[in-house]
Amino acid sequence: MGDLYDSQRAMRQMRKAAMQRGVVAILDVGTSKIACLVLRFDGPEKFRSVDGVGSLAGQSQFRVIGAATTRSRGVRFGEIDAMQETERAIRTAVQAAQKMANVRVDHVIACLSGARPRSYGLDGSLDVAGGMVSEQDISQVMASCDVPDYGADREVLHAQPVNFALDHRSGLGDPRGQIGNTLTTDMHMLTVDATAIQNLFYCIKRCDLELAGLASSAYVSGMSSLVEDEQELGAACVDLGGGSTGISVFMKKHMIYADSVRMGGEHVTSDISMGLQIPAATAERIKTFYGGVVATGMDDREMIEIGGDTGDWEHDRRTVSRAELIGIMRPRVEEILEEVRARLDAAGFEHLPGQQIVLTGGGSQIPGLDGLASKILGQQVRLGRPLRVQGLPQAAIGPAFSSAVGLTLFAANPQDEWWDFEIPADRYPARSLKRAVKWFKDNW
Amino acid sequence: MRSLMRRPSPVAAPRDPAPSRLGYRFQRLMLTPGFRGAVRIGVPILLIAAIAGSWYIQPENRAQFVETIADTKQTFQQRPQFMIQAMNVTGADASAMTDVVALLPDVFPVSSFDLDLEVMRANIEALDQIKSASVRVGQAGALEVRLTPRVPVAIWRDAGTLRLIDADGVLSGQIAARADRLELPLIAGDGAESNIAEALELFDAAGPLIGRVRGLVRMGERRWDMVLDRDQRIFLPSSGAVGALDRVIALNAAQDMLSRDVAVVDMRNANRPTLRMNQEAAAALRRGNTTTDINEVGN
Repeated sequence: MGDLYDSQRAMRQMRKAAMQRGVVAILDVGTSKIACLVLRFDGPEKFRSVDGVGSLAGQSQFRVIGAATTRSRGVRFGEIDAMQETERAIRTAVQAAQKMANVRVDHVIACLSGARPRSYGLDGSLDVAGGMVSEQDISQVMASCDVPDYGADREVLHAQPVNFALDHRSGLGDPRGQIGNTLTTDMHMLTVDATAIQNLFYCIKRCDLELAGLASSAYVSGMSSLVEDEQELGAACVDLGGGSTGISVFMKKHMIYADSVRMGGEHVTSDISMGLQIPAATAERIKTFYGGVVATGMDDREMIEIGGDTGDWEHDRRTVSRAELIGIMRPRVEEILEEVRARLDAAGFEHLPGQQIVLTGGGSQIPGLDGLASKILGQQVRLGRPLRVQGLPQAAIGPAFSSAVGLTLFAANPQDEWWDFEIPADRYPARSLKRAVKWFKDNW
Repeated sequence: MRSLMRRPSPVAAPRDPAPSRLGYRFQRLMLTPGFRGAVRIGVPILLIAAIAGSWYIQPENRAQFVETIADTKQTFQQRPQFMIQAMNVTGADASAMTDVVALLPDVFPVSSFDLDLEVMRANIEALDQIKSASVRVGQAGALEVRLTPRVPVAIWRDAGTLRLIDADGVLSGQIAARADRLELPLIAGDGAESNIAEALELFDAAGPLIGRVRGLVRMGERRWDMVLDRDQRIFLPSSGAVGALDRVIALNAAQDMLSRDVAVVDMRNANRPTLRMNQEAAAALRRGNTTTDINEVGN
């Protein structure tokens, strides 16, 4: 784990450098689109002292000054499939956003939706022997978590301490300075395929950008589309993306579970394309204009021209009724939602106090989806849109941009991860100067 | 058989919106603030410099350039506002005036840019007769020279030449004969010129003797001798000379001493003023001692 631990630390340093520069780019590499936002940080709030997160959920300190979207290429299931193509698509988006912002960005914070995320709950405990809990104790209790064998080809993407408990008191957010005997912690660790991260890393590097942070898109879209009480009481965010559907479960403002279903809007499109024998572009267009999941009597009479350019009149003048289109789309959407249900059941979502499920992502714009979802996922389903952030153009406020917007929040106020805490003293190299400095600091 | 239907011509691959790697890098470079500033300011400057340099490198262009500048300068300096039409020298006598005018430009009108007033003033002030001068361009393009002449307060005889000397001890001219400036006292001797003030005090203190005073002689660069007519001398001490002179004048008033046949009144030692008489007088006195009471003379 040491390698990634260090690289995550390096990314945090990079993020700090980007904050110093004041400009950072957000890159959402999705299956159907790549979105790039350029954020300008104006520093902490000027007119009042900031206590906690600050006004507007801490967003008042940044502003979106450039935004661009391009059709994604070379990405399948949220993973990079053809590097050159993806690199070109990233370049397109970054260039357009830079042009709009009229500023050069060097640091980018990216998210990826696929890469088979897998959640692990870890716990560790430490005997603090009646003393005060210090920063060092916290890093040591986190280091004492026994990390499962998640496989050599996987990397840790997030590792967040979710809960601290001191003796019998649980639910501590910040146990520093408290006195007790046994400090225990629960951590949520999210691992993803290492190759997917490496590919993304390489693509971004090829665009002359520095990666200043990496997040799971399920996590960041949950951050942007769940409201505060949902995050507090327990809710799941279902991000219906192009190639994969991300699921993240939040509780007490921490992500406690994330997963992704490798199906999404593009599968619906390909179903339409196959079912109606039409090109994928036409299928996409028909889906977005006429798509739905609940058929009514009216839909039998609404005929859709599906066209074609073969030269065969009969073929080129084909029409389908909207009911037929819905009949193609619905099973796939149901399949996706059932798969989501299965994942949520596996995660034990029903035990949470809040059962809210929020649908977001581009796929959530299918008319009637909330009705269908409430049949499958439970009664408390709503459609979520991302929070408003300053300067975001009108074209980028839809649910399809929830992970991009979430990433801006992630860039502005990242949650503490394992690598944000002090390195436990026993992990320093034996003869390190840092260790000596630390010894002096602790003893004087 | 040709198809009757017009088929769309086989199109190339759809347009790729992605920028080329080079284009992307170029755009990023152009968005770099430093580079952008350099391009926005540096390139035009370089371009202008290159054009100007390539023009200037031709000898005929260079000559023309220099000539144009000289012409413009000339035209500007020759404008009537800057021309000096006349000269107005005030504050000195005729001989000094002649010397001053010789130092000033003699062709009018002349541009004020061609005159260096500071140098002119320094030159004028270097003249013996002139104590200070102010040179300025005044009303209606007139060069106004205001002179303050040196006022000679004494004549200093030095190895046969008679020089005028002012109160600061600065020589301010030369005269041919003593008769030219009878009103000025005469001083002589080494170091006389540096003690003018004391000499003038002595002349002031001379009072009733002034008609008989020929001059003052600096002796041994430390004290004065007052020379009267009939080759009489009053040796004055190096300090308290005026007091000593007053005593001599008092003696003279009481006993009419200096009208007698006395060669030297020696006042160098204040406790012991001494008279030296001429040879005949001394002889006569020695003869007379047999008949007259010597005390009469000693008093």
